[in-house]
Amino acid sequence: MATVDETMDTRSAQAARAAQAGRSQIAETVNAGLGRRYRSERRFRAYGILAIVLALGMLATLFVTIIGKGYTAFWQHSLSLEVALPADVIDPQGTRDPAVLANANYLALVRDALQAQFPEVDSRQERRSLFAMLSDSAPYDLQDAVLDNPDAIGGTIKVRLSLDDDFDMLAKGHMDADLPEASRRLNDNQVQWFQALEQRGMVEAHFNTALFTNGDSRQAESAGILGAVVGSLFVVAVTLALSFPIGVATAVYLEEFAPKNRFTDLIEVNINNLAAVPSIVFGLLGLAVFLQFFGLPRSAPLVGGLVLTLMTLPTIIIASRAALKSVPPSIREAALGLGASKLQMILHHVLPLAMPGMLTGTIIGMAQALGESAPLLMIGMVAFVVDIPNGPLDPATVLPVQIFLWADSPERAFVERTSAAIMVLLAFLIFMNAAAVWLRKRFERRW
Amino acid sequence: MQTSPSAETPTEAPATAGFPLVSQGEGAKIAARDVNVFYGDKQALRNIALDIKANEVTSFIGPSGCGKSTFLRCLNRMNDIIDGCRVTGTINLDEEDIYHRRIDVVQLRARIGMVFQKPNPFPKSIYENVAYGPRIHGLARNKTDLDEIVHTSLERAGLLGEVKDRMDQPGTGLSGGQQQRLCIARAIAVNPEVILMDEPCSALDPIATAKIEELIDELRQNYTIVIVTHSMQQAARVSQRTAFFHLGNLVECNDTEQIFTNPQHKLTQGYITGRFG
Repeated sequence: MATVDETMDTRSAQAARAAQAGRSQIAETVNAGLGRRYRSERRFRAYGILAIVLALGMLATLFVTIIGKGYTAFWQHSLSLEVALPADVIDPQGTRDPAVLANANYLALVRDALQAQFPEVDSRQERRSLFAMLSDSAPYDLQDAVLDNPDAIGGTIKVRLSLDDDFDMLAKGHMDADLPEASRRLNDNQVQWFQALEQRGMVEAHFNTALFTNGDSRQAESAGILGAVVGSLFVVAVTLALSFPIGVATAVYLEEFAPKNRFTDLIEVNINNLAAVPSIVFGLLGLAVFLQFFGLPRSAPLVGGLVLTLMTLPTIIIASRAALKSVPPSIREAALGLGASKLQMILHHVLPLAMPGMLTGTIIGMAQALGESAPLLMIGMVAFVVDIPNGPLDPATVLPVQIFLWADSPERAFVERTSAAIMVLLAFLIFMNAAAVWLRKRFERRW
Repeated sequence: MQTSPSAETPTEAPATAGFPLVSQGEGAKIAARDVNVFYGDKQALRNIALDIKANEVTSFIGPSGCGKSTFLRCLNRMNDIIDGCRVTGTINLDEEDIYHRRIDVVQLRARIGMVFQKPNPFPKSIYENVAYGPRIHGLARNKTDLDEIVHTSLERAGLLGEVKDRMDQPGTGLSGGQQQRLCIARAIAVNPEVILMDEPCSALDPIATAKIEELIDELRQNYTIVIVTHSMQQAARVSQRTAFFHLGNLVECNDTEQIFTNPQHKLTQGYITGRFG
């Protein structure tokens, strides 16, 4: 009996020793692999940091380039001149009738005022290159001043006259006066005259209000983005008014009511595919359907909004369905268990909980629509539109298309305006994304 | 307020719809006969025949996956919302087949309330949680009525003392046990005839559980209660009748005392003595 016990004892001791040996073996193996595991983890983290640094670097480059090129567009130079206002030229009858005042020959007056600064300039050719200094809108600056202040007629008035964009560039230092005459847009005389005016303190810099109050123009100095901003607002308003209700209704129906069968599967696949369709295809569709078939006006924000609605609907539907799916089933059961009808359950409980997600999806869709240009080219919103649109049926263009148009223009002044317009567009987009974040925080509820 | 007929249609109208097929036992509030439930091709319940008596607590026990929750959800047709779920047989509430075409689920669920496994208050104020049911059914004529209903419901659920100073606070901010009592208050605010409870204490600590059990015992005076539980002690403590389910079959249904002291079936005995489960 004792021997049996002993053998048992030895056996269990052996087993314990073997287990011990096995454990230390395992510990060694684990230790051997640890270094490799940690190294791969460190490597992975380094890749991640590298990716973020790269992305941030590119973003910084983008901002630095755009702001560096565009910040000068926010101010502009003008010529401050004392202009004589002989009564016999402006208002021979002395009626002070605005209609008469508006028809006077202000061009001659501003030219005379400029000529007075340089009495030595007399040849026809020289005079022409001197007068090139004034913008085409300079006579209107004088006209506005006279209409504002009719008492000055007969005496003189100090007016701020718009400079031609080339001289504005010269004043901002964007034109190198040391280059040979043949390779710059202004000749030696013009540069000298301008520098003389600068020395006499007649060139003033001021905030470029024209950029924000004017529509597009062939003259860079009077080109503004207001027309494009208003056009964009109309387009986005139409898009929002159509795509949010349609998108949410579609998502609710598909998620909550639709039977799960092949047909709804097909619809789902198609919605997901539509989200990936190139936007210009929607433009072609809009051209064929809205313009050709329904005969809606070309270049109208209404049509732009319709086309962008088609484009943003899949985004909104997908985001809304995801938001609906994420509402916990326990809340649905609670409502149904109390005897709420399906519609009451959806309206009272599911939609409020899904709303932050839906709004986020919608705002992202709107931001996408605001930045879209390709489909709008197809429906004629690429036209050169000077007037500020008054409604969604007026011809208009939108900010991205305006940027596209200006980027096409060779003048240096349009280059800086392109960047300025990009800054404005980015500001809108950042504002919309901030709104999305705020809305999400505002409506988010814990459960 | 009578809501529009729900989109949920009975999954299958039983052949005997409308006729009390089997005579109900004395005082039976709910009588189920030949109930079969299928999830797709899989049969979850087989030929269940069970009477639930009024003003009693009936508990369903059995190992996981035995179908007790499924059967509970048949009683207020919560299975309707599950895709591919099919119920056959008859379940009579006061001699009326609840799966009949004439029966509106909205009305049915107003008569048979439910409390779920996980406390699921709405992400709204405590007041709104309780007021929601009466409001959608139009049970209160005015604000005073509604206040009255909310207060009595909370009082009956034993929660009024704890929350009366913060009725406008979110219901989700309460502790787990309080949330579950809020859910009970929400269910009884509609003044249902039957309250179904699906493992109401499984997410709660022992103290909160004791409170709920006490509450169940009090509620028995006014309501018929059906409770699914995993705890046999709980079944023994709160219920007057116990039904034991196993693999989709109703093995045994009897007075709780009988089941726990003198089970008629070997499976029941095995389960309550802890030999399997």
